[in-house]
Amino acid sequence: AAEMRIAKMEGEGARAVPLAGHVGFDSMPDQLVNKSVNHGFCFNILCVGETGLGKSTLMDTLFNTKFEGEPTQHNQPGVTLKSNTYELQESNVRLKLTVVNTVGFGDQINKEDSYKSIVEFIDAQFEAYLQEELKIKRTLHSYHDTRIHACLYFIAPTGHSLKSLDLVTMKKLDSKVNIIPIIAKSDAISKSELAKFKIKITSELVSNGVQIYQFPTDDESVAEINSTMNSHLPFAVVGSTEEVKIGNKMVKARQYPWGTVQVENENHCDFVKLREMLIRVNMEDLREQTHTRHYELYRRCKLEEMGFKDTDPDSKPFSLQETYEAKRNEFMGELQKKEEEMRQMFVQRVKEKEAELKEAEKELHEKFDRLKKLHQDEKKKLEEKKKSLDDELNTFKQKKTAAELLQNQAQQAGGSTTLKRDKERKK
Amino acid sequence: HTERPQQQKNLEGYVGFANLPNQVYRKSVKRGFEFTLMVVGESGLGKSTMINSLFLTDLYSTDYPGPSHRIKKTVQVEQSKVLVKEGGVHLLLTIVDTPGFGDAVDNSNCWQPVTDHIDSKFEDYLNAESRVNRRQMPDNRVHCCLYFIAPSGHGLKPLDIEFMKRLHEKVNIIPLIAKADTMTPEECQQFKKQIMKEIQEHKIKIYEFPEIDDEEEMKIIRKIKDRLPLAVVGSNTIIEVSGKRVRGRQYPWGVAEVENGEHCDFTILRNMLIRTHMQDLKDVTNNVHYENYRSKKLAAVTYNGVDNNKNKGQLTKSPLAQMEEERREHVAKMKKMEQEMEQVFEMKVKEKLQKLKDSEAELKRRHEQMKKNLEAQHKELEEKRHQHEEEKASWEAQQRILEQQKLDASRLKQNKKVNIFIDQQ
Repeated sequence: AAEMRIAKMEGEGARAVPLAGHVGFDSMPDQLVNKSVNHGFCFNILCVGETGLGKSTLMDTLFNTKFEGEPTQHNQPGVTLKSNTYELQESNVRLKLTVVNTVGFGDQINKEDSYKSIVEFIDAQFEAYLQEELKIKRTLHSYHDTRIHACLYFIAPTGHSLKSLDLVTMKKLDSKVNIIPIIAKSDAISKSELAKFKIKITSELVSNGVQIYQFPTDDESVAEINSTMNSHLPFAVVGSTEEVKIGNKMVKARQYPWGTVQVENENHCDFVKLREMLIRVNMEDLREQTHTRHYELYRRCKLEEMGFKDTDPDSKPFSLQETYEAKRNEFMGELQKKEEEMRQMFVQRVKEKEAELKEAEKELHEKFDRLKKLHQDEKKKLEEKKKSLDDELNTFKQKKTAAELLQNQAQQAGGSTTLKRDKERKK
Repeated sequence: HTERPQQQKNLEGYVGFANLPNQVYRKSVKRGFEFTLMVVGESGLGKSTMINSLFLTDLYSTDYPGPSHRIKKTVQVEQSKVLVKEGGVHLLLTIVDTPGFGDAVDNSNCWQPVTDHIDSKFEDYLNAESRVNRRQMPDNRVHCCLYFIAPSGHGLKPLDIEFMKRLHEKVNIIPLIAKADTMTPEECQQFKKQIMKEIQEHKIKIYEFPEIDDEEEMKIIRKIKDRLPLAVVGSNTIIEVSGKRVRGRQYPWGVAEVENGEHCDFTILRNMLIRTHMQDLKDVTNNVHYENYRSKKLAAVTYNGVDNNKNKGQLTKSPLAQMEEERREHVAKMKKMEQEMEQVFEMKVKEKLQKLKDSEAELKRRHEQMKKNLEAQHKELEEKRHQHEEEKASWEAQQRILEQQKLDASRLKQNKKVNIFIDQQ
C-alpha cells in the first residue's frame, strides 16, 4: 500500500531522494498521535435489537461501567432512539463514548416501520455534520461528531435463522453504517447448534446482499488477526456485570445450576473477540470508514438531490464560485418561472370566470326579456278586453238612456191622458 | 518499523481503547505524510543550502539545480517535490521556491506571485473539498514559510515588513536571520531584539508555538521564544573538528558548526520545524489560514447580489443553507401571494354572483308584481263585466215588463176607446 502511494506520487513528479542522516520526521506519527490524545477521542455505538436481548448489559460489560437507564418494557408504541454520552478514560486516553439504544424495536405487532426511525436517526447525524461542514464560518476541528461509527445488531438466539425483521432492517442500514451482527444471549445455544446457526446467518446475509462490516486486512500488522476474526462472525456474546469467584479470581460470569458461563473465557463465548475487534484493534478504522465511506455517500446523495453535480471530470478543477452562482441563478430562474405560471393561471381563471358570469347574466336578461314580452302581450290583451267592455257599457248606457227618454215621453203622454179622463169624470 | 509497546491486557477492568493511539499511529504510517515548505528571501541568503541542511539531502544538485542557479527576470514560484523515507515513515516534501524575490530594482508587488500561489493552493483544496464526488484530497497547501532576513544587523527592511504583513494571515511565517555566522553573538542579540520590536510594532503575526499542558515542555518552548527570530547557518560540507565529523563552514579562523547550539540556532529550527511542530504547522494552516480563506471566499459567493447588511451577522450559515432558506422564503411568499389572489378572486366572484342573484330576485319580484297587477285587473274586469251582465239582464227584464205593461195599457186604452165609442153611439 505504501509502495503504491509512492508510485502514485512519483507519477505526480516527485522523486525519491536518499537522506544523508537522521532528519527526524519519523516523529510525525507521534506528533499526530499526541495531538489526537490531547484532543481526545470520540466514538458512537448504536445498538439495534429487540427488547430483552441484553443490549444494555453488553455495553456495561464491554466498557466496564454501569451505564444509565432502566430496563424498558415491551409496550412501546414505536421505535425511539435514546442516546447517552459518557466520558471514559483508560490510561492517558480520553474517550467520549455515545451509546444509542433502540427502544421498543421489535415490540410492535406491525413492524414495517421499525427501521425508519433508525435510518432517520443515522441520517440526522450525517445531516448535522454536513451542515457544519457547509457553514461559512465553521469549527470542524472542535465539532462533536455524533455520527454512528458502529452498529451492533443483536440477533435473538433462536438457533434457527434470522428473522425477517432482522434482514429487512440490516438491508436498510448496511449502506449507512458499519454493521456488526452479534448473537445475543448466546449462552442459550449449545456449541454444535451455534456453529450451524452462524453458518445459517452468514449465508442468509450473503444471499440477501447484506453488507456487514469486515475487519480490514490491508494493513500487514493487523491483517492476520482481522482475517481470522472475520471468519468467526457473527460473534456469539454473553454479557454480565455480575462477578463470580473462579479459582482465586473474580470474573464476570453468569451462574447456572449446571455451570458458570465466564464472559471472558473464549471457550465459552466470543465476548473477548468482540472487544478486541471493536475496541482494541479496529475502533479507528470504524470511525474512518464511517467518515470516508458512509458519510461521503450520504453527502453525495444529498448534494445530488439538491441538484448539485460536478461539472467537470476529475482532473480539471472547477470554480466553486461559478458553481454556486450557476446553481443560484438556476434556482432563482425556476422560482421566477413558477411565479409567472401561477400568475398566468390566475389570469386565465379570472377570464374564464368572467365569461361564465357574463353568460349567466346574459341568460338572465334574456329570460326576463322574454317574460317582459309575455307581459306586454298580456297587458295588450287586457287592454283590448277592457276596451270592448267599455264599448259595451257605453252602448248599453246609450240604450238605457234612449229607452228612459222614450219612457218618460210615454209617461208624459199617458199622464196627460189620465188627467183628461179625470177631468171629464169630474165634469 | 517501530510501534509503541502494546498495552498490557489486564483482565480486571480492561476495555482496550487505550490502544487507540496505536491504531492512529498505524494508520498514519500507512497513509504517509506530506508537507509543503516555502522559502522566501533575496538571492544569496543561502536558502537552498538551508533546505539541503535541514533535510540532509541534495534537493538541489547538479541534476536539479537550485533556483539561485537559474537566472530569473521576474519573481517566479517553483515547486520541487521529493519523497523521503525514514524509520518506515514516508514523507512527500514539497519545497516552494521564490527565485527573483527582492532582487529587482523595483520590488513593488514582488510578493504578489507568492500570495497568488498560496491562494491558488487554497482554491484547489476548496474546490476538491466542495466536489460532490470527493476523493482522498492531497494536501498541497503551503504549511510553512521560512522568511530569510539579510544579516544587516540593523533592522527589518521595508520589503521584509511589507511581505510579512501581506502574508501573515495566509501562511505560518517563521522569520530567520540568514548567514548568522557573519554576526557576533552580541550583534546577533541586538539584531534579534530590533526585529522582534519591529514585528510587534507592525502587528505582524508570526507563527506561535501552541500552549501545552506539560510544564517541562513549556519551559523549553519559552526558551525558544526568547531566541526568536532564529539565526541560522546552513552547510552540507562535512568537516573534521576535534576528531568529530561535523557539518560546518570552514574559515581561516575556525569552523562555524551548523549543529552547534552556541554557534547558531539551526538545531532549534530543525527540531521545531521537523521533529516537534510539523504537525502543528499543518493544523494551524488547516484550521486557521485555510478557514479564513474559505469563509472569505464563500461569503463573497453567497452574498453576491443579496443585501450584505442584512446578512452580516449570519456568516455561520452555509451557502447551501442560505439557498435553502431563500427557497423556503420564496415558496412561502408565493403561497401567501397565491392565497391572497385566491381570496381576492373568491371575493370578487362572490360579489358578482350576489349581484346577479340580487338582480334576478329584483326582476323576479317585478315580474311577480306585474303579474299580480294584471291578474287583479283581470279580476276587476271580470267583475265589472259580470256586474254589467247582471245589470243588463235585469234592465232588459225590466224593459220587457215595461213593454208588456205598455202593451197591456195601450190595449186597455184601445178597449176603452172602443167602449166610449160604443157608448156614444
